[in-house]
Amino acid sequence: MQAMHTARETTEKGWTRVDLFEYQARDLFAKHGVPVLAGEVIDTPEAARAVTERLGGKSVVKAQVKVGGRGKAGGVKLAATPDEAVARATDILGMDIKGHTVHKVMIAETAPEIAEEYYVSYLLDRTNRTFLAMASVQGGVEIEVVAEENPDALAKVPVNANEGVSIEKAREIVAQAKFPAEVAEQVAEIMVTLWDTFIKEDALLVEVNPLAKVADGRVIALDGKVSLDENAEFRQPDHEALEDKAAANPLEAAAKAKNLNYVKLDGEVGIIGNGAGLVMSTLDVVAYAGEKHSNVKPANFLDIGGGASAEVMANGLEIILGDPDVKSVFVNVFGGITACDEVANGIVQALELLKSKGEDVTKPLVVRLDGNNAELGRKILSDANHPLVQRVDTMDGAADKAAELAAAAAK
Amino acid sequence: MAIFLTKDSKVIVQGMTGATGMKHTKLMLGDGTNIVGGVNPRKAGTSVDFDGTEVPVFGTVAEAMEKTGADVSVLFVPPAFSKAAVVEAIDAEIPLAVVITEGIAVHDSAAFYAYAVEKGNKTRIIGPNCPGLITPGQSNAGIIPGDITKPGRIGLVSKSGTLTYQMMYELRDIGFSSAVGIGGDPVIGTTHIDALAAFEADPDTDLIVMIGEIGGDAEERAADFIAKNVTKPVVGYVAGFTAPEGKTMGHAGAIVSGSSGTAQAKKEALEAAGVKVGKTPTETAKLAREALTA
Repeated sequence: MQAMHTARETTEKGWTRVDLFEYQARDLFAKHGVPVLAGEVIDTPEAARAVTERLGGKSVVKAQVKVGGRGKAGGVKLAATPDEAVARATDILGMDIKGHTVHKVMIAETAPEIAEEYYVSYLLDRTNRTFLAMASVQGGVEIEVVAEENPDALAKVPVNANEGVSIEKAREIVAQAKFPAEVAEQVAEIMVTLWDTFIKEDALLVEVNPLAKVADGRVIALDGKVSLDENAEFRQPDHEALEDKAAANPLEAAAKAKNLNYVKLDGEVGIIGNGAGLVMSTLDVVAYAGEKHSNVKPANFLDIGGGASAEVMANGLEIILGDPDVKSVFVNVFGGITACDEVANGIVQALELLKSKGEDVTKPLVVRLDGNNAELGRKILSDANHPLVQRVDTMDGAADKAAELAAAAAK
Repeated sequence: MAIFLTKDSKVIVQGMTGATGMKHTKLMLGDGTNIVGGVNPRKAGTSVDFDGTEVPVFGTVAEAMEKTGADVSVLFVPPAFSKAAVVEAIDAEIPLAVVITEGIAVHDSAAFYAYAVEKGNKTRIIGPNCPGLITPGQSNAGIIPGDITKPGRIGLVSKSGTLTYQMMYELRDIGFSSAVGIGGDPVIGTTHIDALAAFEADPDTDLIVMIGEIGGDAEERAADFIAKNVTKPVVGYVAGFTAPEGKTMGHAGAIVSGSSGTAQAKKEALEAAGVKVGKTPTETAKLAREALTA
């Protein structure tokens, strides 16, 4: 399994999504012919000057954060001169927007006067196992609000994955969303280029909001979102460079470097298990057990997968023991194809390996082994008699013990 | 009886000659599965020896079906080639294709699912990214360990592989009619509802255990289906109560699935349909025992 971006996605069994910044979405739109405004991304205020000069002396300074509502938060400002662009970039870089620090700003061409704002997107419709086009003439606001308050204003048109969006299909979408006649053909053409972006980039979502009709009659994508499917990276060699590695938690980055499926959470009980579903279930069981023990919570999600060799176990333990928040560790393994004696040997060897590397192994481990060769595995742990390792043979019992130990250590 | 897979099923393996395919073909044979062939165009005409059982390799699914009467294919084909392999299985009109492969691009899954529908749904797809299905004592099509439990009267359908194993283990003394791992990818062929309908119709299944996970609205729709169509007792488990919300960026996804997707929403929907939902796998197993003796 590949490393993941969020727990929510991880838990959806290895399906991973790469969310892009606005400027990256803009670049992909431009590549596939969706009309966009010129712009460049920068990460130092002074760089805003040269870009603004290239754009004719004025610009819009836009915070690059993967969260909505940046305009209201003061993350989008007009600059009438290159000096002003530097000043606005100085204000915005480093700003906190809903918990996201702004590390980059896009210096964009100023939009001509906006006459109307629309909304268009393509996305995966899980329920119907197909793709969906969505379009509305009420753009520029949060589209959930439109869907909630005025559902008839949001057209939803299924798109067959094998048929795609021809200009005829695009006209059908545009007609259903009741676009004004004077922009209908332009928007239909954009729907075709946006579909190209969706298909050719293996996207899970392409969204333009607002799609704006400007004073001279042109229709332009002013802001957008794109999410890519990490599973498609085998045929999308350029996509890896779009991942925001700098934003990852250091423990998550270290885990990813070791090919571990790890997500840092806010808690005290370190978790190692095999299989995304079982690990997710382990988090829940530990959280329930924690209710009786000072409200301790799971400190992470870590799925070591089917193999669970000593080396993988050692890598996993190293990451978890390196988390200062962790007070106890719960290793929860169900031996399916993997035999529990191999897992038990893995744990014993992993602890020796870490000790030999000079790691400070002082946190208690609670181990629950069940399934294939469980008796043999339990015996190996009992015989090793490691002072830090406790065996508890049921999942609920082991979770309770791990929570109790974490609560005691946290006092 | 059982669902989707019986002792009479004739199974071929697409990708049998790769390392994973070899390992699991051997295990499936050990569980009594009637494996009649493998498919690999580059090795057509050869055969592979599995501890004395000679399994012939065919060039195409259609040829394997014609020569052996195969009606199930299990796919261990790498992600980049999975779409072509599933499309080949659909073109050959094999009744059941079990796609074990993890990491298939969503555009590929959506394309082969749409293709199966277009071709009249002659091929049931299970997966992708799933452990497959087992009818204990009869046949095993996938990677579910065959020695966890015995034949019995519980039907199991699950999004998660390891939770499938855990639940089979918890209830190993009672046994299972069939256990189906449907996979947790965004686009899957066989859903909770398909398996629930099959278990409801199966005279050898007395109780259904259904395991869900956060994401999508499959459990909510399954709850609706249970309320309207299932007379047998159903016990449920949902994983992911404590998984935090992701850094969701696109707003559009939430509109399609409404407010559903959280473990709490799924639990509530199932309970409203009369399904008893356990807090932990162990508690769920206890509820299943109580429902069987009630």
